[in-house]
Amino acid sequence: MSTDTTVEKSGGSGIGPVEGASLYDADNPAPLIEAPRKRTTKTPRATRGNFEMAAWLFMRLSGVVLVVLVITHLLIQLVLDGGVSKIGFAFVAGRWASPFWQVWDLLMLWLAMLHGANGLRTVINDYAERPNTRLWLKGLLYTATVFTILLGTLVIFTFDPNIR
Amino acid sequence: MATPTLDKEDAKPEAGFADTPYITVTFRIRRFNPEVSADATWEDFQFEIDPKERVLDGLHKIKWDLDGSLTFRRSCAHGICGSDAMRINGKNRLACKTLIKDINPAKPITVEPIKGLTVLKDLVVDMDPFFQAYRDVMPFLVTTGNEPTRERLQSAEDRERFDDTTKCILCAACTSSCPVFWNDGQYFGPAAIVNAHRFIFDSRDEAGEQRLEILNDKDGVWRCRTTFNCTDACPRGIEVTKAIQEVKRALITRRF
Repeated sequence: MSTDTTVEKSGGSGIGPVEGASLYDADNPAPLIEAPRKRTTKTPRATRGNFEMAAWLFMRLSGVVLVVLVITHLLIQLVLDGGVSKIGFAFVAGRWASPFWQVWDLLMLWLAMLHGANGLRTVINDYAERPNTRLWLKGLLYTATVFTILLGTLVIFTFDPNIR
Repeated sequence: MATPTLDKEDAKPEAGFADTPYITVTFRIRRFNPEVSADATWEDFQFEIDPKERVLDGLHKIKWDLDGSLTFRRSCAHGICGSDAMRINGKNRLACKTLIKDINPAKPITVEPIKGLTVLKDLVVDMDPFFQAYRDVMPFLVTTGNEPTRERLQSAEDRERFDDTTKCILCAACTSSCPVFWNDGQYFGPAAIVNAHRFIFDSRDEAGEQRLEILNDKDGVWRCRTTFNCTDACPRGIEVTKAIQEVKRALITRRF
Protein backbone atom coordinates (compact mmCIF):
# COMPACT_ATOMS: atom_id res chain seq x y z
CA MET A 1 0.00 0.00 0.00
CA SER A 2 2.77 2.33 0.87
CA THR A 3 4.43 1.76 -2.49
CA ASP A 4 1.27 2.89 -4.22
CA THR A 5 1.29 6.11 -2.28
CA THR A 6 4.93 6.67 -3.10
CA VAL A 7 4.42 6.38 -6.82
CA GLU A 8 1.40 8.58 -6.75
CA LYS A 9 3.01 11.23 -4.61
CA SER A 10 6.30 11.46 -6.41
CA GLY A 11 4.52 11.52 -9.76
CA GLY A 12 1.90 14.06 -8.92
CA SER A 13 3.44 16.57 -6.58
CA GLY A 14 6.27 17.65 -8.83
CA ILE A 15 8.95 17.43 -6.15
CA GLY A 16 12.37 17.47 -7.66
CA PRO A 17 15.33 15.59 -6.27
CA VAL A 18 17.07 17.40 -3.45
CA GLU A 19 20.35 16.41 -1.82
CA GLY A 20 20.94 13.32 -3.87
CA ALA A 21 18.42 11.42 -5.88
CA SER A 22 15.77 10.67 -3.32
CA LEU A 23 12.22 11.83 -3.82
CA TYR A 24 10.10 12.58 -0.82
CA ASP A 25 6.68 11.23 -0.13
CA ALA A 26 4.19 11.30 2.66
CA ASP A 27 6.00 8.58 4.58
CA ASN A 28 9.39 10.10 3.96
CA PRO A 29 8.88 13.83 3.76
CA ALA A 30 12.44 15.08 3.99
CA PRO A 31 16.05 14.05 3.56
CA LEU A 32 17.14 11.92 6.47
CA ILE A 33 20.15 12.57 8.63
CA GLU A 34 21.58 9.30 9.77
CA ALA A 35 21.04 9.08 13.51
CA PRO A 36 24.39 9.51 15.21
CA ARG A 37 26.02 6.35 16.45
CA LYS A 38 23.14 4.27 15.24
CA ARG A 39 23.89 0.82 16.60
CA THR A 40 22.98 -2.22 14.60
CA THR A 41 24.29 -5.74 14.86
CA LYS A 42 26.73 -4.94 12.07
CA THR A 43 28.16 -1.80 13.67
CA PRO A 44 31.68 -2.48 14.89
CA ARG A 45 32.41 -1.45 18.43
CA ALA A 46 33.43 2.17 18.47
CA THR A 47 37.12 2.64 18.86
CA ARG A 48 37.26 4.87 21.87
CA GLY A 49 40.76 6.01 21.13
CA ASN A 50 42.11 8.89 23.10
CA PHE A 51 43.62 10.68 20.13
CA GLU A 52 41.18 13.56 20.36
CA MET A 53 41.97 14.01 24.05
CA ALA A 54 45.69 13.86 23.37
CA ALA A 55 45.29 16.43 20.61
CA TRP A 56 43.26 18.67 22.89
CA LEU A 57 45.82 18.44 25.68
CA PHE A 58 48.68 18.98 23.25
CA MET A 59 47.07 22.20 22.02
CA ARG A 60 46.91 23.59 25.57
CA LEU A 61 50.39 22.52 26.63
CA SER A 62 52.16 23.44 23.40
CA GLY A 63 50.31 26.77 23.43
CA VAL A 64 51.73 27.65 26.83
CA VAL A 65 55.26 26.66 25.83
CA LEU A 66 54.97 28.47 22.51
CA VAL A 67 54.03 31.73 24.21
CA VAL A 68 57.42 31.73 25.96
CA LEU A 69 59.36 30.44 22.96
CA VAL A 70 57.84 32.76 20.37
CA ILE A 71 57.81 35.95 22.42
CA THR A 72 61.45 35.51 23.39
CA HIS A 73 62.27 34.68 19.77
CA LEU A 74 60.54 37.82 18.53
CA LEU A 75 62.27 39.96 21.17
CA ILE A 76 65.70 38.68 20.23
CA GLN A 77 65.12 38.85 16.49
CA LEU A 78 63.19 42.08 16.15
CA VAL A 79 63.49 44.29 19.20
CA LEU A 80 66.67 43.92 21.26
CA ASP A 81 70.12 44.99 20.14
CA GLY A 82 69.44 46.90 16.95
CA GLY A 83 66.21 45.25 15.94
CA VAL A 84 65.51 43.68 12.59
CA SER A 85 68.39 45.42 10.81
CA LYS A 86 70.97 43.20 12.49
CA ILE A 87 69.57 39.98 11.08
CA GLY A 88 71.78 38.46 8.44
CA PHE A 89 73.58 35.27 7.64
CA ALA A 90 76.21 36.05 10.25
CA PHE A 91 73.64 36.65 12.95
CA VAL A 92 71.88 33.35 12.31
CA ALA A 93 75.18 31.50 12.07
CA GLY A 94 76.28 33.03 15.35
CA ARG A 95 73.16 31.92 17.15
CA TRP A 96 73.13 28.40 15.75
CA ALA A 97 76.71 27.94 16.88
CA SER A 98 75.19 27.35 20.31
CA PRO A 99 73.32 24.07 20.85
CA PHE A 100 70.95 25.94 23.18
CA TRP A 101 69.52 28.04 20.34
CA GLN A 102 69.51 25.03 18.06
CA VAL A 103 67.31 23.16 20.49
CA TRP A 104 65.22 26.28 21.04
CA ASP A 105 64.53 26.72 17.34
CA LEU A 106 63.97 23.02 16.82
CA LEU A 107 61.42 22.95 19.63
CA MET A 108 59.74 26.04 18.28
CA LEU A 109 59.59 24.58 14.78
CA TRP A 110 58.05 21.29 15.88
CA LEU A 111 55.62 22.72 18.38
CA ALA A 112 54.44 25.57 16.16
CA MET A 113 54.00 23.32 13.14
CA LEU A 114 52.14 20.60 15.03
CA HIS A 115 50.07 23.16 16.90
CA GLY A 116 49.09 24.93 13.70
CA ALA A 117 48.50 21.70 11.80
CA ASN A 118 46.28 20.33 14.56
CA GLY A 119 44.35 23.58 14.64
CA LEU A 120 43.79 23.44 10.89
CA ARG A 121 42.83 19.78 11.19
CA THR A 122 40.01 20.68 13.55
CA VAL A 123 38.97 23.56 11.29
CA ILE A 124 38.80 21.15 8.34
CA ASN A 125 36.86 18.65 10.44
CA ASP A 126 34.39 21.33 11.43
CA TYR A 127 33.89 23.07 8.12
CA ALA A 128 34.56 20.61 5.27
CA GLU A 129 31.23 18.94 4.68
CA ARG A 130 31.99 16.25 2.15
CA PRO A 131 34.30 13.35 3.03
CA ASN A 132 36.27 13.85 -0.19
CA THR A 133 36.92 17.51 0.51
CA ARG A 134 38.09 16.55 3.97
CA LEU A 135 40.39 13.88 2.62
CA TRP A 136 42.06 16.20 0.13
CA LEU A 137 42.38 19.17 2.45
CA LYS A 138 43.86 17.04 5.20
CA GLY A 139 46.18 15.31 2.73
CA LEU A 140 47.45 18.70 1.60
CA LEU A 141 47.78 19.87 5.18
CA TYR A 142 49.72 16.81 6.35
CA THR A 143 52.01 16.89 3.32
CA ALA A 144 52.83 20.56 3.86
CA THR A 145 53.36 20.00 7.58
CA VAL A 146 55.66 17.02 7.19
CA PHE A 147 57.62 18.75 4.44
CA THR A 148 58.14 21.92 6.48
CA ILE A 149 59.08 20.07 9.66
CA LEU A 150 61.56 17.81 7.89
CA LEU A 151 63.11 20.63 5.88
CA GLY A 152 63.45 22.84 8.95
CA THR A 153 64.94 20.05 11.02
CA LEU A 154 67.37 19.20 8.26
CA VAL A 155 68.54 22.82 8.03
CA ILE A 156 68.99 23.17 11.78
CA PHE A 157 71.09 20.01 12.03
CA THR A 158 73.12 20.37 8.85
CA PHE A 159 73.68 24.12 8.91
CA ASP A 160 77.16 24.96 7.72
CA PRO A 161 78.37 28.47 8.68
CA ASN A 162 81.26 28.25 6.20
CA ILE A 163 79.09 27.68 3.17
CA ARG A 164 80.15 29.71 0.13
CA MET B 1 -28.81 66.08 29.26
CA ALA B 2 -25.06 65.73 29.54
CA THR B 3 -25.01 62.00 29.59
CA PRO B 4 -22.20 60.07 31.22
CA THR B 5 -21.59 58.40 27.91
CA LEU B 6 -20.76 61.69 26.27
CA ASP B 7 -18.43 62.59 29.10
CA LYS B 8 -16.55 59.37 28.74
CA GLU B 9 -16.13 59.85 25.02
CA ASP B 10 -14.64 63.25 25.69
CA ALA B 11 -12.37 61.94 28.41
CA LYS B 12 -10.92 59.11 26.37
CA PRO B 13 -8.56 61.07 24.09
CA GLU B 14 -7.53 63.34 26.96
CA ALA B 15 -6.14 60.48 29.00
CA GLY B 16 -3.35 60.20 26.44
CA PHE B 17 -3.75 56.47 26.12
CA ALA B 18 -3.66 54.76 22.79
CA ASP B 19 -7.09 53.42 21.92
CA THR B 20 -5.80 49.92 22.02
CA PRO B 21 -2.72 48.14 23.27
CA TYR B 22 -2.48 46.33 19.97
CA ILE B 23 0.28 46.97 17.49
CA THR B 24 0.76 45.63 14.01
CA VAL B 25 3.58 43.14 13.70
CA THR B 26 4.99 41.18 10.81
CA PHE B 27 6.02 37.59 11.32
CA ARG B 28 8.40 36.37 8.63
CA ILE B 29 8.19 32.60 8.83
CA ARG B 30 10.32 30.00 7.10
CA ARG B 31 7.79 27.74 5.43
CA PHE B 32 8.56 24.29 4.10
CA ASN B 33 6.09 21.73 2.88
CA PRO B 34 7.66 18.78 1.08
CA GLU B 35 4.32 17.84 -0.41
CA VAL B 36 4.13 21.15 -2.25
CA SER B 37 7.67 22.22 -2.95
CA ALA B 38 11.17 21.02 -2.22
CA ASP B 39 12.25 24.54 -1.41
CA ALA B 40 11.74 26.42 1.82
CA THR B 41 10.44 29.96 1.43
CA TRP B 42 9.84 32.97 3.62
CA GLU B 43 6.24 33.98 4.15
CA ASP B 44 5.09 37.18 5.83
CA PHE B 45 2.07 37.42 8.08
CA GLN B 46 0.81 40.75 9.31
CA PHE B 47 -1.61 41.01 12.20
CA GLU B 48 -2.41 42.99 15.30
CA ILE B 49 -1.25 41.76 18.65
CA ASP B 50 -0.57 43.02 22.12
CA PRO B 51 3.21 43.43 22.37
CA LYS B 52 3.07 41.93 25.86
CA GLU B 53 2.03 38.64 24.27
CA ARG B 54 4.56 35.98 23.36
CA VAL B 55 5.81 34.89 19.98
CA LEU B 56 3.90 31.65 20.50
CA ASP B 57 0.67 33.64 20.79
CA GLY B 58 1.51 35.22 17.44
CA LEU B 59 2.04 31.78 15.92
CA HIS B 60 -1.27 30.64 17.38
CA LYS B 61 -2.96 33.67 15.88
CA ILE B 62 -1.57 32.77 12.48
CA LYS B 63 -2.49 29.13 12.77
CA TRP B 64 -5.97 29.71 14.17
CA ASP B 65 -7.02 32.82 12.23
CA LEU B 66 -4.82 33.33 9.18
CA ASP B 67 -3.31 30.10 7.84
CA GLY B 68 -4.17 26.77 9.42
CA SER B 69 -1.43 24.97 7.50
CA LEU B 70 1.33 26.53 9.61
CA THR B 71 2.97 23.71 11.52
CA PHE B 72 4.94 23.97 14.73
CA ARG B 73 5.41 22.05 17.96
CA ARG B 74 4.22 23.27 21.29
CA SER B 75 2.84 21.47 24.25
CA CYS B 76 2.72 23.15 27.64
CA ALA B 77 3.30 26.66 26.25
CA HIS B 78 4.91 27.69 29.54
CA GLY B 79 8.61 27.02 29.07
CA ILE B 80 8.75 23.60 30.68
CA CYS B 81 8.11 20.96 28.02
CA GLY B 82 10.77 22.26 25.63
CA SER B 83 8.73 21.62 22.48
CA ASP B 84 8.79 25.02 20.85
CA ALA B 85 12.46 25.89 20.54
CA MET B 86 12.87 27.86 17.32
CA ARG B 87 15.16 30.39 15.76
CA ILE B 88 13.56 33.77 16.39
CA ASN B 89 15.32 36.79 14.91
CA GLY B 90 18.37 34.61 14.33
CA LYS B 91 18.63 33.35 17.90
CA ASN B 92 17.43 30.08 19.36
CA ARG B 93 14.69 30.69 21.89
CA LEU B 94 11.50 29.19 23.21
CA ALA B 95 8.57 30.86 21.45
CA CYS B 96 6.58 30.57 24.68
CA LYS B 97 9.14 32.53 26.70
CA THR B 98 9.83 35.33 24.23
CA LEU B 99 7.70 38.46 24.54
CA ILE B 100 7.05 40.31 21.31
CA LYS B 101 8.01 43.64 22.89
CA ASP B 102 11.46 42.27 23.70
CA ILE B 103 12.46 41.49 20.12
CA ASN B 104 11.83 44.80 18.32
CA PRO B 105 8.36 44.37 16.79
CA ALA B 106 8.95 47.44 14.59
CA LYS B 107 10.84 45.19 12.19
CA PRO B 108 9.63 41.87 10.79
CA ILE B 109 10.17 39.09 13.30
CA THR B 110 11.82 36.12 11.62
CA VAL B 111 10.88 32.66 12.81
CA GLU B 112 12.80 29.65 11.52
CA PRO B 113 13.15 26.02 12.55
CA ILE B 114 16.22 25.23 14.66
CA LYS B 115 19.28 24.46 12.57
CA GLY B 116 21.25 21.26 12.13
CA LEU B 117 18.26 18.92 12.21
CA THR B 118 16.19 17.84 9.22
CA VAL B 119 13.15 20.02 8.72
CA LEU B 120 10.01 17.91 8.32
CA LYS B 121 7.52 20.71 7.82
CA ASP B 122 7.59 24.44 8.55
CA LEU B 123 9.01 24.73 12.08
CA VAL B 124 8.97 21.02 12.89
CA VAL B 125 12.32 19.24 12.78
CA ASP B 126 13.31 15.60 13.16
CA MET B 127 14.56 15.34 16.75
CA ASP B 128 15.77 11.72 16.46
CA PRO B 129 19.51 12.49 16.14
CA PHE B 130 19.22 14.79 19.14
CA PHE B 131 17.55 12.17 21.32
CA GLN B 132 19.88 9.46 20.03
CA ALA B 133 22.80 11.43 21.43
CA TYR B 134 20.84 11.91 24.67
CA ARG B 135 20.16 8.18 24.99
CA ASP B 136 23.80 7.40 24.29
CA VAL B 137 25.04 9.08 27.46
CA MET B 138 22.86 6.84 29.68
CA PRO B 139 20.74 9.58 31.26
CA PHE B 140 19.52 7.48 34.18
CA LEU B 141 20.75 6.53 37.62
CA VAL B 142 23.06 3.52 37.64
CA THR B 143 23.89 1.87 40.95
CA THR B 144 25.16 -1.43 42.26
CA GLY B 145 24.41 -3.29 45.45
CA ASN B 146 21.18 -3.55 47.34
CA GLU B 147 18.53 -0.98 46.95
CA PRO B 148 18.02 1.04 50.10
CA THR B 149 14.64 0.58 51.74
CA ARG B 150 14.05 4.32 51.66
CA GLU B 151 15.49 7.17 49.59
CA ARG B 152 19.15 7.48 48.60
CA LEU B 153 20.49 10.20 50.85
CA GLN B 154 22.63 13.01 49.52
CA SER B 155 24.10 16.04 51.24
CA ALA B 156 23.09 19.51 50.14
CA GLU B 157 26.63 20.17 48.90
CA ASP B 158 26.64 17.01 46.80
CA ARG B 159 23.32 18.01 45.31
CA GLU B 160 24.58 21.52 44.61
CA ARG B 161 27.44 20.10 42.53
CA PHE B 162 25.18 19.26 39.58
CA ASP B 163 22.23 21.53 40.34
CA ASP B 164 22.70 23.67 37.24
CA THR B 165 22.48 20.76 34.81
CA THR B 166 19.30 19.34 36.32
CA LYS B 167 17.40 22.26 34.81
CA CYS B 168 17.64 20.97 31.23
CA ILE B 169 14.29 20.56 29.45
CA LEU B 170 15.74 18.95 26.28
CA CYS B 171 14.46 21.67 23.98
CA ALA B 172 17.54 21.35 21.71
CA ALA B 173 18.10 25.11 21.62
CA CYS B 174 21.73 24.60 22.66
CA THR B 175 22.57 21.66 20.42
CA SER B 176 21.01 23.30 17.37
CA SER B 177 22.93 26.52 18.02
CA CYS B 178 26.27 24.70 18.05
CA PRO B 179 28.31 25.23 14.85
CA VAL B 180 30.10 21.91 15.38
CA PHE B 181 26.75 20.11 15.49
CA TRP B 182 25.66 21.91 12.31
CA ASN B 183 28.52 20.36 10.40
CA ASP B 184 27.56 16.70 10.29
CA GLY B 185 25.26 16.12 13.26
CA GLN B 186 27.60 13.49 14.69
CA TYR B 187 28.85 15.55 17.62
CA PHE B 188 27.06 14.56 20.84
CA GLY B 189 25.97 18.16 21.27
CA PRO B 190 25.73 20.34 24.37
CA ALA B 191 22.41 18.92 25.59
CA ALA B 192 23.66 15.33 25.76
CA ILE B 193 26.82 16.45 27.56
CA VAL B 194 24.78 18.52 30.02
CA ASN B 195 22.66 15.49 30.83
CA ALA B 196 25.75 13.32 31.20
CA HIS B 197 27.20 15.96 33.52
CA ARG B 198 24.06 15.73 35.64
CA PHE B 199 24.85 12.08 36.42
CA ILE B 200 28.64 12.12 36.26
CA PHE B 201 28.72 14.58 39.15
CA ASP B 202 25.89 12.95 41.08
CA SER B 203 27.36 11.33 44.21
CA ARG B 204 24.67 8.60 44.15
CA ASP B 205 25.49 7.44 40.64
CA GLU B 206 28.14 4.81 39.90
CA ALA B 207 28.45 4.89 36.11
CA GLY B 208 30.31 8.19 35.85
CA GLU B 209 33.40 6.47 34.50
CA GLN B 210 31.36 4.76 31.79
CA ARG B 211 29.77 8.04 30.74
CA LEU B 212 33.13 9.77 30.68
CA GLU B 213 34.39 7.00 28.43
CA ILE B 214 31.42 7.54 26.09
CA LEU B 215 32.10 11.26 25.95
CA ASN B 216 35.80 10.60 25.31
CA ASP B 217 34.70 9.51 21.86
CA LYS B 218 35.90 11.14 18.63
CA ASP B 219 32.60 13.03 18.52
CA GLY B 220 32.51 13.63 22.25
CA VAL B 221 33.49 16.59 24.39
CA TRP B 222 36.77 17.19 22.56
CA ARG B 223 34.91 18.61 19.58
CA CYS B 224 33.65 21.49 21.73
CA ARG B 225 35.26 24.72 20.55
CA THR B 226 33.90 26.83 23.45
CA THR B 227 32.03 29.25 21.20
CA PHE B 228 29.46 29.72 24.00
CA ASN B 229 26.53 29.62 21.53
CA CYS B 230 24.92 26.99 23.74
CA THR B 231 25.17 29.07 26.90
CA ASP B 232 23.64 32.04 25.08
CA ALA B 233 20.84 29.91 23.65
CA CYS B 234 19.79 28.03 26.77
CA PRO B 235 16.31 29.24 27.79
CA ARG B 236 16.89 27.83 31.28
CA GLY B 237 20.08 29.78 31.84
CA ILE B 238 22.24 26.69 32.26
CA GLU B 239 25.94 27.41 31.98
CA VAL B 240 26.29 24.81 29.26
CA THR B 241 29.83 25.54 28.14
CA LYS B 242 31.01 25.46 31.75
CA ALA B 243 29.43 22.03 32.18
CA ILE B 244 31.20 20.76 29.06
CA GLN B 245 34.50 22.09 30.34
CA GLU B 246 33.92 20.38 33.68
CA VAL B 247 33.44 17.09 31.87
CA LYS B 248 36.69 17.68 29.97
CA ARG B 249 38.49 18.43 33.21
CA ALA B 250 37.07 15.32 34.82
CA LEU B 251 38.28 13.26 31.86
CA ILE B 252 41.80 14.59 32.34
CA THR B 253 42.04 14.74 36.11
CA ARG B 254 40.31 11.46 36.85
CA ARG B 255 42.76 9.60 34.67
CA PHE B 256 46.13 11.15 35.33
